[in-house]
Amino acid sequence: MLRKISKLVAAATATVVTGMQSASAGYMDTLNMTKGVTPISERVYDLHMLILWICIIIGIVVFGAMFYSMVKHRKSKGAVAATFHESTKLEIVWTIVPFLILVGMAIPATSTLIFMTDTTESDMTVKITGHQWKWEYEYLDGAAEGVRFISSLSADSRKAIYADPASVDNYLLDVDNEVVLPVGKKIHFVLTASDVIHAWWVPELGQKQDAIPGFANELWTEIREPGVYRGQCAELCGRDHGFMPIVVRAVPEEEFAIWAADRKNVGKAAETVDKVWTVDDLYARGEEVYNTACIGCHQLNGMGLPSVFPAINGSAIATGPVGAHMDVVMNGRPGTAMAAYKDQLNDVDIAAVMTYQRNAWDNKTGDHVLPADVKAVRGGTPE
Amino acid sequence: MSEAVAHDDHAHGPEKGLMRWVYTTNHKDIGTLYLLFSLTMFMLGGAMAMVIRAELFQPGMQLIDPHFFNQMTTMHALIMVFGAVMPAFVGLANWLIPMMIGAPDMALPRMNNWSFWILPFAFTLMVVTLFMEGGAPAAGWTMYAPLVLQTGDAFPFLIFSIHLLGISSVMGAINIIATIMNMRAPGMTLMKMPLFVWTWFITAYLLIAVMPVFAGAVTMLLTDKFFGTSFFSAAGGGDPVLYQHIFWFFGHPEVYIMILPAFGIVSAIIPTFARKPLFGYSSMVYATASIAFLSFIVWAHHMFTVGMPLAGQLFFMYATMMIAVPTGVKVFNWVSTMWKGSMTFETPMLFALAFVILFTIGGFSGLMLAITPADFQYHDTYFVVAHFHYVLVTGAVYSIIAAAYYWMPKWTGHMYNETAGKIHFWWSTISVNVLFFPQHFLGLAGMPRRIPDYSVQFADWNMVSSIGGFAFGLAQVYFCWIVYKTIKGGEKATDRVWEGATGLEFENLPSPAPYHSFTMAPEIK
Repeated sequence: MLRKISKLVAAATATVVTGMQSASAGYMDTLNMTKGVTPISERVYDLHMLILWICIIIGIVVFGAMFYSMVKHRKSKGAVAATFHESTKLEIVWTIVPFLILVGMAIPATSTLIFMTDTTESDMTVKITGHQWKWEYEYLDGAAEGVRFISSLSADSRKAIYADPASVDNYLLDVDNEVVLPVGKKIHFVLTASDVIHAWWVPELGQKQDAIPGFANELWTEIREPGVYRGQCAELCGRDHGFMPIVVRAVPEEEFAIWAADRKNVGKAAETVDKVWTVDDLYARGEEVYNTACIGCHQLNGMGLPSVFPAINGSAIATGPVGAHMDVVMNGRPGTAMAAYKDQLNDVDIAAVMTYQRNAWDNKTGDHVLPADVKAVRGGTPE
Repeated sequence: MSEAVAHDDHAHGPEKGLMRWVYTTNHKDIGTLYLLFSLTMFMLGGAMAMVIRAELFQPGMQLIDPHFFNQMTTMHALIMVFGAVMPAFVGLANWLIPMMIGAPDMALPRMNNWSFWILPFAFTLMVVTLFMEGGAPAAGWTMYAPLVLQTGDAFPFLIFSIHLLGISSVMGAINIIATIMNMRAPGMTLMKMPLFVWTWFITAYLLIAVMPVFAGAVTMLLTDKFFGTSFFSAAGGGDPVLYQHIFWFFGHPEVYIMILPAFGIVSAIIPTFARKPLFGYSSMVYATASIAFLSFIVWAHHMFTVGMPLAGQLFFMYATMMIAVPTGVKVFNWVSTMWKGSMTFETPMLFALAFVILFTIGGFSGLMLAITPADFQYHDTYFVVAHFHYVLVTGAVYSIIAAAYYWMPKWTGHMYNETAGKIHFWWSTISVNVLFFPQHFLGLAGMPRRIPDYSVQFADWNMVSSIGGFAFGLAQVYFCWIVYKTIKGGEKATDRVWEGATGLEFENLPSPAPYHSFTMAPEIK
């Protein structure tokens, strides 16, 4: 009898599985966990499916007994209530059996967890810092050593929030600067944050870890397939928590080396602080910077959000002395959401965004800030 | 019974007018106040859920600002947890525990009045923050530091409101323990108490153990914000994760505070409509106690992603998985109670049966979440949202609704309209699954929780979920109407109310239960 039932269950299970697999592969992506592209994500997926099936089978047995009873043992069918109300033997059985099933689950879970937490013998390390509401990446060693940049929601996605989300590709899952990683290498991530707790999560990598201000957390991954993998901040971090995506581009090692070399030269070759900048150039550049770095809080119209984020449009700081304005931009406002940008933007970007802020909207100060001014305040550290 | 009725006829009734409710020390009046307050908060918290689901109906921001969205998720949770579910269970305890153990009233009636009357003031403090500079709290009901420290003028109001709620809960818990310890009728031994009394007895201890911890955590937030301490700031030598440990040391027992009384309710209803005594009474008591004990040693499973050492993660994973054992025992006992019974399916039974099935589904997803490596994928996604709404809505709230239908005839003397009850059940049960089941898919597919807007691949299931949400919300408005009609009138309830009902409140008291019951202790068989 038992064997018959287990055969039936197995047959039903097989039918459901094939049915689900034959459903369009694309649609399945919206129903179940991704198998991902790393050794970790594959093991996690297998573990997830194992437990899911155990739960489904237990559910079929328990709910099956319940429904059988509801159909057969109803008063309208003339059922007369039995009087039994305890059985120590049964209680022992349904304490021991679930316990053994749990042990069966705990064994693969333990080995997977040990595998996931082993960050030793990595090939390279990337430091990830969460800010309200963007990610900062810094390559600590390897071909891209010293490369450091901020990654914010792409301008396209941001514009579409109040317009037409379907009109852009990868709505809310697209950034201005992708984090590029080599495939087939064991990459060690160190996570931290500057303001509040964030969480770095790319489902295809099978990992999620909190980025906590003042503390360092660790993760590792080894991406098997080149491709673009998208994720999001997973820990509530304030107003724009839903708007700080993560995009990982995994490329072959040679391509990674080329990218790294390019990236290192971006600041040096293309623009120096000594280049002659016109006000119009600065303003245009500043608008771009503003629309990724500042817009999240201070809004497109520079009005901020009443009582949460101050306005720049018409503010005493953005229309007052340049020195005080630069101090706020570069050093932030401790104790508030205003971050220090001196390590996040280069001299040109700071000069540009200040120029933009001082001339956009109703702020028609007419003055402008030069990259050299920023450089001077920074103490002469070259870009 | 007739003796009790004859005696109660001499007793003076309630005062007239509004002051009856302000001054009352009567456990039935206070129970009613708690229940009506809870229903009001349920509708307010539900209205906020409607705002959330309306914004999430399609991708893009259409209705509200992301900051206001965060205020809605935060306030929805705070109001539902502390305003709807907890007061509903305290209300049920007030009405039922004295009647179930043959006591004339609660042990500490004046404190009982105070416990209740703190609540409207506490929630006024909390809800007025919606109109303040910076808006209501928006850092999530868990109030994680340092994010919560960015709250505007609402911050101290939030903290003091929680202090008041804690005081109210602890006083309520003391009262329940004192009543059960001291007021049982002669012969009502502990192991003869109805399971609802047992589960509340254990819940009350959980409350006394953890509410002060919670009060401590939020007080530390308060001093961090206003008095220059650095409990949760690394810059001053503190640790943001410390807050999470303290919060969840409160928070995990708290979720059992919201489910143990539900177990008691279901354990009363299923035997009545199966016409068969509860299977494994003593194992039910031991399972409840085991769950309560385990609730203290599993808290960090809410924070597997904070970067705990491997040994810590393993311990909390194993301990959490253990909870499945006593919970399984309970489910098996309920199924065995039904087995070979003679079942009928009145509205309370329908809600109780739906509870067993849907709560168990929430239990399964809970077991999945306990598996640490998999939790790295599930954590902070809609999978978690689906999980805790299955255990809290189709678990705790369903049990409360079941209890309302089951005992309302005893409280009011009127039967509710059975057809209306059945419509309410099917309408709720279909819509609640349309609402929450797709959220499992969303979470597994990668949608984080607490986001006001989402990428377009999540659009379909969000729309389905929102439609389910609106339908479920409307069903609860219908429930309010059913309750109103039942209070106002309806078919006269018999003293026993249900053919298979047992217990002192059904066997020894008329319907409606007199204002003062058991002024003479009943005889316990």
